[in-house]
Amino acid sequence: MTLAPETTDLKVELALEGDWFTVCDLSMLLPGRGVAALLPDGRQAAVFRDRTGELFAIDNRDPFTGAAVLSRGLTGTHQGRPFVASPLLKQRFDLASGQCLDDEEVQVATYKVRTA
Amino acid sequence: MSKDTPTIVLVGHGMVGQRFLEALAERGMTATHRVVVLCEEPRPAYDRVQLTSYFSGKTPEDLSMTDLRFIEDHGIELRVGDPAETIDREARQVTARSGLVVDYDVLVLATGSYPFVPPVPNKDAEGCFVYRTIEDLLAIEEYAKNATTGAVVGGGLLGLEAAGALKGLGLTSHIVEFAPRLMPVQVDEGGGAALLRTIEEMGLSVHTGVGTQEIVVGEDGAVTGMKLSDGSELATDMVVFSAGVRPRDQLARDCGLTVGERGGIAVDEQCRTVNDPHVFAIGECALAADGRVYGLVAPGYEQAETAAATIAADEAAFTGADLSTKLKLLGVDVASFGDAHGTAEDCLDVVYSDSRAGLYKKLVIGRDGTLLGGILVGDAEAYGTLKAFTGSVPPVAPEALVLPAGAGAPAQLGPSALPDDAIICSCHNVSKGAIRGAVTDHQCTTVPEVKKCTKAGTGCGSCVKVLGQLVNAELEAGGIEVDKGLCGCFAQTREELYEIVLALRINSYQELLDRHGREEARGGDGCEICKPAVGSIIASLAPAIGASGYVLDGEQAALQDTNDHFLANLQKNGSYSVVPRIPGGEIAPEKLIVIGEIARDFGLYTKITGGQRIDMFGARVEQLPLIWARLVDAGFESGHAYGKSLRTVKSCVGQTWCRYGVQDSVRMAIDLELRYRGLRSPHKLKSAVSGCQRECAEAQSKDFGVIATANGWNLYVGGNGGATPRHADLLAQDLSDAELVRLIDRFLMFYIRTADRLERTSTWLERIPGGLEHVRDVVVHDSLGICDELEKLMQAHIAHYRDEWAETINDPEKLSRFVSFVNAPDTPDPVVAFVPERDQMKPDLPLLSIGMRPAEDVLEGSAQR
Repeated sequence: MTLAPETTDLKVELALEGDWFTVCDLSMLLPGRGVAALLPDGRQAAVFRDRTGELFAIDNRDPFTGAAVLSRGLTGTHQGRPFVASPLLKQRFDLASGQCLDDEEVQVATYKVRTA
Repeated sequence: MSKDTPTIVLVGHGMVGQRFLEALAERGMTATHRVVVLCEEPRPAYDRVQLTSYFSGKTPEDLSMTDLRFIEDHGIELRVGDPAETIDREARQVTARSGLVVDYDVLVLATGSYPFVPPVPNKDAEGCFVYRTIEDLLAIEEYAKNATTGAVVGGGLLGLEAAGALKGLGLTSHIVEFAPRLMPVQVDEGGGAALLRTIEEMGLSVHTGVGTQEIVVGEDGAVTGMKLSDGSELATDMVVFSAGVRPRDQLARDCGLTVGERGGIAVDEQCRTVNDPHVFAIGECALAADGRVYGLVAPGYEQAETAAATIAADEAAFTGADLSTKLKLLGVDVASFGDAHGTAEDCLDVVYSDSRAGLYKKLVIGRDGTLLGGILVGDAEAYGTLKAFTGSVPPVAPEALVLPAGAGAPAQLGPSALPDDAIICSCHNVSKGAIRGAVTDHQCTTVPEVKKCTKAGTGCGSCVKVLGQLVNAELEAGGIEVDKGLCGCFAQTREELYEIVLALRINSYQELLDRHGREEARGGDGCEICKPAVGSIIASLAPAIGASGYVLDGEQAALQDTNDHFLANLQKNGSYSVVPRIPGGEIAPEKLIVIGEIARDFGLYTKITGGQRIDMFGARVEQLPLIWARLVDAGFESGHAYGKSLRTVKSCVGQTWCRYGVQDSVRMAIDLELRYRGLRSPHKLKSAVSGCQRECAEAQSKDFGVIATANGWNLYVGGNGGATPRHADLLAQDLSDAELVRLIDRFLMFYIRTADRLERTSTWLERIPGGLEHVRDVVVHDSLGICDELEKLMQAHIAHYRDEWAETINDPEKLSRFVSFVNAPDTPDPVVAFVPERDQMKPDLPLLSIGMRPAEDVLEGSAQR
């Protein structure tokens, strides 16, 4: 696992209607796991970091059950693309596009994410 | 059905009768005929061959061979407990005990046989039994409760089974056999000697060459002993007669049908009675055209097929059958096939005998080198292959076929060497060619599929091993590569990954993925299948490979399923449930009060679990550390209800309180639960300890279950409740505390080592080659020489166990993960809401559902993509 020391003070930010919204310190993100963030409008985002350090953010709500749990799923790589599997019924969602890999009619919202 | 519909009446609903009905249905005869079945026993056909397995935990329902849907779907009128009493052949009428009169066009007698009881004085005294039906077994079991010694008259196949059953019921057992050796029909003198030694080593007393002269009874008329022909007297509380069977042909005699001199309804090659074209006889009640009465199920099945085909006007004939048998008697393999006793002219024997090891193997070879038959005692591994070669000249020298591995030139003659017309399954008469066809023409890729397609292996099951080898060989020959890999990231099975992790002491998932993963998966993030599986392997082996035993440490935290990651059970609305460990289900009032107070203070829903503990539902993720701080403070520790690990060891109150108990089951359950707590395994592990044979703790439905006996403990393994219930198999009997614990140590570690991901012990036992016997060889007899290592691994686990929750609440960095939102740690998740129900509360579900992922993908253990 490579955790660059200079990342300690970096903040994770999500793009919300043009503004960047600060979520947390980058050090709060464990590679391979997610965290949930409460957004100003009451929605929730699930923010992930993969082993290369790349960040992703999708809506936290699992569309199959309605529970806000996607941040607690396990991540992985499917055909080169990052995904998270819902911890409830295990449907997988592409972290970059929000597309459900097990049901082509289902998609979750995604957020642009950066460190600053 | 209209009055004009022709009627077939079947008298007797045993295994052969049921097979006859299936054969009728296969030919569409049930649609065109009225079919009436008169069955004497109170239950429909069951597996009489496996009768004795009732004593190792099979229930009458398990033994049933009758699918009532089948009976219903085919409009068969099955009347149980209503035997035929008279036959009027003139009028073509059968009268049943209930008074029912049925007109028949075709009558099929499948009345089976009755146990022969030698005409000795007091043979009907209280305490005398026969061994034929489930009802007999129930009666024996009941009577044995008040008995200490039992004797079995007859040292044949069934006699040995009966003696083993009596021993299993805790009785001192004797076998009395008139012939000079055990199993006189199947084995010769040498085989009998090998068998005798092994049987005696099991603690059974064998008296051969003596007859029973009289049953001795006490003043109350109950059995107290028996007088033998050598003048000696044997004290015994009960006697089980198992001295052979006789055809039940009384019905036929009464209506004037010809019966043989020694019984049996005389039939021709079509199984039609020689006197009456409207009457057939099949199975053990029939005297076949070759002048023999067949007492085995396979020939009976063949007769059932023949009769059904004849009635359907197909051409078929039963001209005689193979009497080959392979049995596992009290754990000893005994097999005989073909001309086992060498009756052919000029034949020669090739014999290998090792009395010390209880081995005896004899092959009968014809002048031209043809294999004619043989006897195998102690090791019948080669039975399937040898039997299939019978009648031909095997491609290697016969002695190479019987010598043990390592001695001389052991020929591993695989089933691939067999000709296509070799019969692999003799119960259902399935040839090697048919099995190959199932793979090549019917696209079967697994043994269960081939079983379903061909019926091979669904009878006595002795050919399943050969079947597996054939299916694999055929798949490989067909270039069909069976990807046994764990997931898209690893081409290895879980078992192989376990070996890699242990041998190379790899304690990092990324290292394992990058070095041993599939090419395309290396450098990636793995997937939700292999991460927890590897996390579990690393946790199981932590002390041995230098990993932390704490599942939230470092990289391990990222591998855990959400339940393990939050050390609680995720529920449908995103809240968690909390289960503290209550070892053995024993809990002091103070602790109960603590649980009640915590549940009340945090507003949790409480429910008693099936594992004798208390589940508290509705905890928000940020509440978990607060709840656990109080639980740990009160002396509780994690119950691992969230982990693929030991859940609970249930118990009944046992000897301490119960008037029936014979051991302290609560103490044993607590000891076991504390010993194995926290042990990460391929799937969850459940256990129970019962204090007596009444089995109130339901130990036989557990991964490992313990039942007290007067002499110690019986250990059962591989049981399961849930969607696919399975009764556990008896692994070992009458163990001391230390022996019990040692065996469980080995069993669990062997399971953890070799099982697939999410494979419970029940499916694992069914899957691994050799099944229960193999597991017994490995963990009881140490056949692989790994028991020492297995025990060491378990000792390391026990020595390094720490309570995960105590560790977590003392670690601020880990606690920082238990927040609802990373940017608002104390704001409750608004999606998690509750509404009242029955004095407590339940989740208020967000109204959002767009359907579920297909069920077969969701089920545990199915995920292969």
